[in-house]
Amino acid sequence: MTTPLLQVQDLEVTFATRRGAVAALRGASFALDPGEVLGLVGESGSGKSVTALAAMGLLDKAGRVTRGSIHFDGRDITRAGAGVLRPMRGAAFSMIFQNPRAALNPIRSVGAQVADALRAHRDLSARAARDQALALLEQVRIRNAGQRLEAFPHELSGGMCQRVMIAMAIACAPRLIIADEPTTGLDVTTQKAVMDLLAGLTRERGMAMLLITHDLGLAAQYCDRVAVMEQGRVVEEAPPAALFGAPGHAYTRRLVAACPTPSSTIASLSPDGELPAEPVARAPLPAGTPLLLEVRDLVKTYPGGVAAVDKVSFTMKPGESLGLVGESGSGKSTISRLVTRLIDATGGEVIFDGHSVSDIPARDFHAAPQRSQIQIVFQDAGESLNPRFSAFDSIADPLRRLRGLRDGSELTKRVKDCAVSVGLPLPLLDRFPHQLSGGQRARVGIARAVSVDPKLLVLDEPTAALDVSVQAVVLQLLERLRREKGLAYLFVSHDLNVVRMLCDRMIVLRNGQVVEEGDSQRIFRAPQADYTAELIAAIPHFEPLAA
Amino acid sequence: MRKLQAIGRRIGGRLLSSVPAILGVVILTFLLMRVLPGDPAVFFASGPSAGQQEIEDLRKQMGLDQPVPVQLVRYLQDIATGNLGRSMTTGQPVLTDMQQRLPASLELTFSALFLALACALPLGILAALRPGSAVDHVVRFLCTLGVCMPTFVSGLLLIYAFYYLLGWAPDPTGRIDIFASAPPEITGFLLFDFAVTGDLEGFRAAFSQLILPACTMALFVLAPLARMTRASMLAVLGSDFIRTARSIGLAPWRVILVYALRNALLPVLTIAGIVFSTMLGANVLVEKVFSWPGVASYALDALLASDYAPVQGFVLLMATIFVLVNLLVDILYGLADPRIAAE
Amino acid sequence: MSASLTSPPRNATLGHIAWVLRGNPLTALAMAGTALLIALAVLAPWIAPYDPIASDVPGALQPPSATHWFGTDQLGRDILSRLLHGTRLDLTIAAAAVGLSFAVGAMIGSFCGFVGGRLDRWVGRFTDVLMAFPLFVLAMAMVAALGNRLENIIYATAIINLPFYIRFARTEVAVRRNAGWVEAAQASGNSRGRVVLFFLLPNILPIVAVQISLNLGWAILNAAGLSFIGLGVQAPTPEWGIMVAEGARFIASGKWWLVFFPGAALMFAVLCFNLLGDGLRDILDPRMRT
Repeated sequence: MTTPLLQVQDLEVTFATRRGAVAALRGASFALDPGEVLGLVGESGSGKSVTALAAMGLLDKAGRVTRGSIHFDGRDITRAGAGVLRPMRGAAFSMIFQNPRAALNPIRSVGAQVADALRAHRDLSARAARDQALALLEQVRIRNAGQRLEAFPHELSGGMCQRVMIAMAIACAPRLIIADEPTTGLDVTTQKAVMDLLAGLTRERGMAMLLITHDLGLAAQYCDRVAVMEQGRVVEEAPPAALFGAPGHAYTRRLVAACPTPSSTIASLSPDGELPAEPVARAPLPAGTPLLLEVRDLVKTYPGGVAAVDKVSFTMKPGESLGLVGESGSGKSTISRLVTRLIDATGGEVIFDGHSVSDIPARDFHAAPQRSQIQIVFQDAGESLNPRFSAFDSIADPLRRLRGLRDGSELTKRVKDCAVSVGLPLPLLDRFPHQLSGGQRARVGIARAVSVDPKLLVLDEPTAALDVSVQAVVLQLLERLRREKGLAYLFVSHDLNVVRMLCDRMIVLRNGQVVEEGDSQRIFRAPQADYTAELIAAIPHFEPLAA
Repeated sequence: MRKLQAIGRRIGGRLLSSVPAILGVVILTFLLMRVLPGDPAVFFASGPSAGQQEIEDLRKQMGLDQPVPVQLVRYLQDIATGNLGRSMTTGQPVLTDMQQRLPASLELTFSALFLALACALPLGILAALRPGSAVDHVVRFLCTLGVCMPTFVSGLLLIYAFYYLLGWAPDPTGRIDIFASAPPEITGFLLFDFAVTGDLEGFRAAFSQLILPACTMALFVLAPLARMTRASMLAVLGSDFIRTARSIGLAPWRVILVYALRNALLPVLTIAGIVFSTMLGANVLVEKVFSWPGVASYALDALLASDYAPVQGFVLLMATIFVLVNLLVDILYGLADPRIAAE
Repeated sequence: MSASLTSPPRNATLGHIAWVLRGNPLTALAMAGTALLIALAVLAPWIAPYDPIASDVPGALQPPSATHWFGTDQLGRDILSRLLHGTRLDLTIAAAAVGLSFAVGAMIGSFCGFVGGRLDRWVGRFTDVLMAFPLFVLAMAMVAALGNRLENIIYATAIINLPFYIRFARTEVAVRRNAGWVEAAQASGNSRGRVVLFFLLPNILPIVAVQISLNLGWAILNAAGLSFIGLGVQAPTPEWGIMVAEGARFIASGKWWLVFFPGAALMFAVLCFNLLGDGLRDILDPRMRT
């Protein structure tokens, strides 16, 4: 048996916080052989990133390794000083970070930064470093690499910046690359391109890679082995097929189930969840039922002349759920705000329940009778709650404004009912947003929107910022509310799987225009437009059968 | 090239948009001066016994018999032709007066700014590199204290300590000892003039006169500069790209100098611009404490004597300097930060 | 909201304040200092040992002693008594000026920041005009033009503070204008006015409170500076700036107490307000509560 390239044994890392020492890692162990790709998966707070930073010796000052060891190529680097680690960083192992744009120096050209990575370990002239940097940029397939040398990070797209970051990481041919959520925040097609590049480069050069991700599909597709982390420990480790085919640990089972796949249903995401597993059976609406929402030739042009939404039309029946899918810049969020009448359209018409609501300016819409009928749930539940309102006040606000309820038992009762219906424990009503977990905040955001019994609920990526297990629960809650209250959903998302599960129909958007529209299952099975097919193909998946 | 163009556009835009600001300042001052108490014509008539006729003539000569809008238009025309009027107290054109006195103010302000930056930058950086250390605490203490100290008090206390108690500083009045040889007239900046003519004795004398007021002023602006340097350096050190720089194995000094410091200095540059214009206002107090013959004390004397023209000229001068300083900050910022070009 | 639902947060707030004070004794000291200043200002007529404007020429320029703790000035007036009475005046000027400019500036600034558009650009330009002035000079000119009366000093100080508040509120509101909770507030049926008043203003309050506290110090320095150059409160009135100005003539002959005590009083007041500002930030920021 060979010596493992990276061996982490019983690692414990504690952070000194104002409330005393908090352990981020509680005895994590795993090993990585030369040339191997190991996936480290887990939800937020599981300690994945801390593991990576500890291995690199880049923990910030508050964090300390309190137990266990890290060996690189047989050498103990657990508490090695900067003198030992600095020559190794970049040369023996290097790291690729999340959010590539922030990870690059904003006021230094990318060529200079790649050259910095080279000259940190090699005695090169400026000229030679520049030539090698150019070669590296070409290897990460940056077009017009010669011109890009002089570019600054803000002039490049996120995917481009990540390629530069990869070029820096491989510059001195390290034996190990640690990639910490390298594609989080990138569009799914960009993600595929970046991951394919990264996997190809590591394979060609025989480098080992530690891929840290929250996305099980990504880990399954690119890793030889996957380790699952929970609360600072590795709970299970196996090749992807075995791990996802027959998860052994209870946590892994839950995690795998919660991950949306082409065959999952909302009920299957969380088997012991609140939703009965029976298939969705909806009574067809009687013929001649008037449309709930009709959007005609909607246009929104922002100052500068870019059309964010370009002649989009669609209709919704009462109680129907419609998905709006697209990558960043597709105009899906703008449409959600136009329909919710938070912003004014440049052109086109929005007809709600037989009345044109696009004539009422957004600034006056708060007083329009339709205000309580159209409500919205926002992407980041934490950011969409007033930091100075308790959960109670957040839910009570629309009741006070739109139902005219004054403080008193009636209001308290309505808020409590609402909290119960979204599964928010009543004692939490007194808490402020920062005292709630992500899932609890999402529940408050949903409770606020449904408290005034709207007919149409616009959901703008309501689960994008949540861990998969929390997402599963929230999706189930949304599905149950829809069945109970007969709400119509306009569901905006970048995740095709989620849209397929929750929506009857979907619209695929690109650059503000409709690319394809139709039945969700049908689009998923047999996409008509090339773009849709590309989107579906780019989704990382871990079911061998679906491949 | 594209960068230079972008900077050029920014400068052009900035200059254009500062025209209404300067105009506003000029008009506002003009109107304020009209409501100053006392009739300047009476004030400047030859004496209390001056006849009605003499006062009327003076009024006419000063244009005070015209309605205010007409006076304003006339004033604006004068400004456009470079005529800032005549001071009633000194009897000279305001422009000449200010030309004589501006170097004194600028020399003081620049030396103070230089002193303050020379102390604030290293202190702020040191404090940020070792947060929570003794250096950090000392810097924070100095910052808090510096903000609280009014310039007129710190100036007087410095005089007490260094002139009265220790006797190190010369008599704190004016730019040069009255008995010393007259300074050569080249630029009006005494340190520079003495240095150019090789008059070391004169240089030393001018320097020793300058050091106390400059320190007073520097103490006043040290705090915001050091505070900003520390805060921005801390923010930059905590940012993702510093972690990246460390992850590729760059030497620590390179991480700090090339990656952290250059980024951290950008906000400091903006603050330095603001600090400079604050100093122009605070000059009034320091010049009064040290009997410094600068433009600010000139304007103050004029103000107390209801003498319009110098005050108006002074405000116009200050606003122009303010615009120029901001312009300079903009140019430097544009050179240092490539993101500006993208805007 | 029912009583049972409100009471726990209130206790939490008190607990949070206590926690902040324990963790940051300087803030507690600053609070005590501010309280002391206010008490001295209120009680000045009763606790001052002498009449602040009664001169006693034979006893002029006495250094600090048992009878005159802080010494006497060039007219033999008791410096301690003048200092105590000065507290009253200086605090009043600062509080009134800052209150005025906050009330007007934060309101204008938040509405502009939220609405944006042409109005915002106009107001932005106006603040630029004001800020293009060396502000202290503007205050000088205004007091000179309007006359050396207390209310004019307050107005002048308020006006030179105004552009800062407008600008500050504008940027802080503009940052939050597109936050999810602001959009949510509109979706919940709040008019734009309500969104500004009940959502945005309370959220920028912690940051503005810090600014207010710092500005109180600045306003005191400004008022004292005006008096120092003879454009503030008039001569026999006991005021810290005038006391320093009068003492300035004697500093070169070593009569330090004339300048030192009013100077120290100024510093102490500004120090308290500044430290209080830093402390307030910790107390008012709900995210710091755990």
